[in-house]
Amino acid sequence: MNEKQMISGSEILIRSLIREGTDMIFGYPGGAIMPVYDALMNHTDSIDHVLVRHEQGATHAAQGYARASGKVGVCLVTGGPGATNTITGIADAMLDSTPIVVIAGQITTDLIGTDAFQEVDFTCVTQPISKWSYQISCPEEISRVVARAFFVAKSGRPGPVVLSVTKNAQVGMAEYIHEKVSFIRSYDDDPEIDMDAIEAAADAINHAQRPFVLAGQGIELGNAQEEFRTFVEKADLPFGCTLLGLSVLPSSHRLNKGMLGMHGNLCNNVKTNECDVLVAVGMRFDDRVTGNVDTYARQARIIHLDIDASEINKNVHADIPVLGDCRKTLKLITERLLPANHGKWISSFAQYDREEYEKVVSKELHPKEGPLNMGEVVDAVSRACGAGAVLVTDVGQNQMMAARYFRFSEKRSIITSGGMGTMGFGVPAGIGAAFGRPDRKVCVFTGDGGLQMTIQEFGTIMERRVPVKIILLNNNYLGNVRQWQELFFHKRYSFTRLDNPDFQILSSAYGIPSKRVIDRKDLMPAVEEMMAEDGPFFLEACVAEEGNVMPMIPPGGTVDNMLMEC
Amino acid sequence: MEQTALYTIIVHSENFSGILNQVAAVFTRLQVNIESLNVSASSLPNVHKFTICCRTTEKNIEKILKQTVKKLDVISAACYTDKEIFSSEIAMYKISTNVFDDSESLSRLLREYNTHVVEVTPEYIVVELTGSGEDITELREKLQELGCIRQFVRSGRIAVTASNAEKVSELMEKREQIGNKRQL
Ligand SMILES: Cc1ncc(C[n+]2csc(CCOP(=O)(O)OP(=O)(O)O)c2C)c(N)n1
Ligand SMILES: [Mg+2]
Repeated sequence: MNEKQMISGSEILIRSLIREGTDMIFGYPGGAIMPVYDALMNHTDSIDHVLVRHEQGATHAAQGYARASGKVGVCLVTGGPGATNTITGIADAMLDSTPIVVIAGQITTDLIGTDAFQEVDFTCVTQPISKWSYQISCPEEISRVVARAFFVAKSGRPGPVVLSVTKNAQVGMAEYIHEKVSFIRSYDDDPEIDMDAIEAAADAINHAQRPFVLAGQGIELGNAQEEFRTFVEKADLPFGCTLLGLSVLPSSHRLNKGMLGMHGNLCNNVKTNECDVLVAVGMRFDDRVTGNVDTYARQARIIHLDIDASEINKNVHADIPVLGDCRKTLKLITERLLPANHGKWISSFAQYDREEYEKVVSKELHPKEGPLNMGEVVDAVSRACGAGAVLVTDVGQNQMMAARYFRFSEKRSIITSGGMGTMGFGVPAGIGAAFGRPDRKVCVFTGDGGLQMTIQEFGTIMERRVPVKIILLNNNYLGNVRQWQELFFHKRYSFTRLDNPDFQILSSAYGIPSKRVIDRKDLMPAVEEMMAEDGPFFLEACVAEEGNVMPMIPPGGTVDNMLMEC
Repeated sequence: MEQTALYTIIVHSENFSGILNQVAAVFTRLQVNIESLNVSASSLPNVHKFTICCRTTEKNIEKILKQTVKKLDVISAACYTDKEIFSSEIAMYKISTNVFDDSESLSRLLREYNTHVVEVTPEYIVVELTGSGEDITELREKLQELGCIRQFVRSGRIAVTASNAEKVSELMEKREQIGNKRQL
């Protein structure tokens, strides 16, 4: 006779997480999640728990972990304020399609609706900013709901899932039942491919004289990097990358023309409005890419490959929508492509690269005098860390400069907050990335503003000796906003000047070795010292206070009309 | 200003709590007012049906449908013109009888609109009208002119599609097949 073995909901939760492949949790305990933390102690051989210093840090770390490793990131937090502290990270993961599961404690079911201590209707709060949010109210449903949560987070267009677990579900007893979810009838994670669309897309590309491809993060999320490579190589298609798609193929690939959008490369933005066929792959025509949509690629036939039907025709009308998993759709289209040679068209990009080099890049990377530029610091770090490094950034000028001047050699090498632009993302996301890919070097570029938004995570780095290289591009300004003030608000620097602490002293308080660089001649030695260090390192580069990120499409401007100088 | 039109949207979802909130949030986000909303069981077991009327632009309606169906527990969302559906609405009117007693025009009105009497008391009568939204509105306006309405309520539009094919049932069958294949 089989006797039911009753265990606590908390125990079921942990076992379910292990079953789903969780070996890492970023979390912070509190009253409403204590039973789960207690159960976690029995499983420290299977799950490594990283104690962060703020729950927002837990979510960004889980994001960094997920994006570096390709696995689902997991956060564990208490209810009330612990839960609400994760909101920024959940919203960020939603906009950037990052698979994370956030598990938050919740007060006992009987007390819900009484304004009990730390009661927040977290399911309701997070529904609009998550892919799925659900409250677990009894131990019996835990195993199945966790299975569903992981399936939802990582399938289709990935995204954050939120589970609130009531105290009574954590302490109640039930039997652990092995559950697996690979299908939800109301949720089409793998849309059926329309072969007519495939034919139409291939036909349009085969007839194109001036084809141009936009590469988005969907290629990384769909693990379609090789399919994408064959696609562009077979038909000789030049491509530009979105911020999140920068590492789909190496920066050095001959067809890779760099970044798109507001601070992207001039040639891409000019050619967007010259091409005859524009193929968008796993990208969503964000306004930071398109500028004014009314003047965006009007001359081109637009082919849009995406797994999310709600992205098709959302911002830009698709003449040929190709719904589906791009790993499959790219392969099907490529099979129908005729080998082509677009040499003449591709070489027409070079003139704009030259113009950008003369007017922007050479000044940024090779100044003769004056203070350090952000770009030259990024360039030095990128060269010193060699192939295989992961770039993590914060938000602002530091982010744009890192994206512009860092060179990528491997897939899944850029982790940055694209959709939300969340200041404070960098350091905790870097921690997550370092745990997700301990075999790769992780470089975090941050600003003096953003660093101070999650600087408490230095504590996590200290405790776990997380081997992240943090490079602060210190301009003593909220530089990105200052740049806009300079350009669009008559240089009225309203509250963007920062009176900063001594970051090196701060860093040494956490036992993190550091270096400050002011002079150009000290840059390379300091970078090399940082790279030689096995553990964490903090490098402060004091850069030009009023440097600008150029070129730029002014907000609402037209893609092919980039500002080159100001 | 882009042109707006009245749309009837039919949404099918799982019968879980909290879905109404999520569906409504799609409209709130796009700042589209819901004119009427009805939620009920459908012909399919455990599937709920929402009939939603709203006035908005063609561009918004595509966003509304796609973003609604994107909600995990929503099965389908489609929008229809009046020609593609049979629709109906029910309204109840509570009318003071003192006006009724001495008003021949009132009884003519109630007969004219084919109302159905639900209750008669010395103080008031309750009548019910099933029909198009316009009829219901018209009768309310006429009764208001007579100054006899005490209470008024309407259900919001409910609709069934006019096509031969039952799209949701077909979709559900197809999904079931995919589900069975995956479970193997
Ligand atoms: C949480 C948050 N608050 C405000 C902003 C608006 N914002 C965008 S960039 C920026 C300035 C960032 O300054 P800093 O971190 O020093 O980076 P820099 O641009 O100087 O490199 C601000 C305030 C934001 N993106 N995120
Ligand atoms: Mg700054």
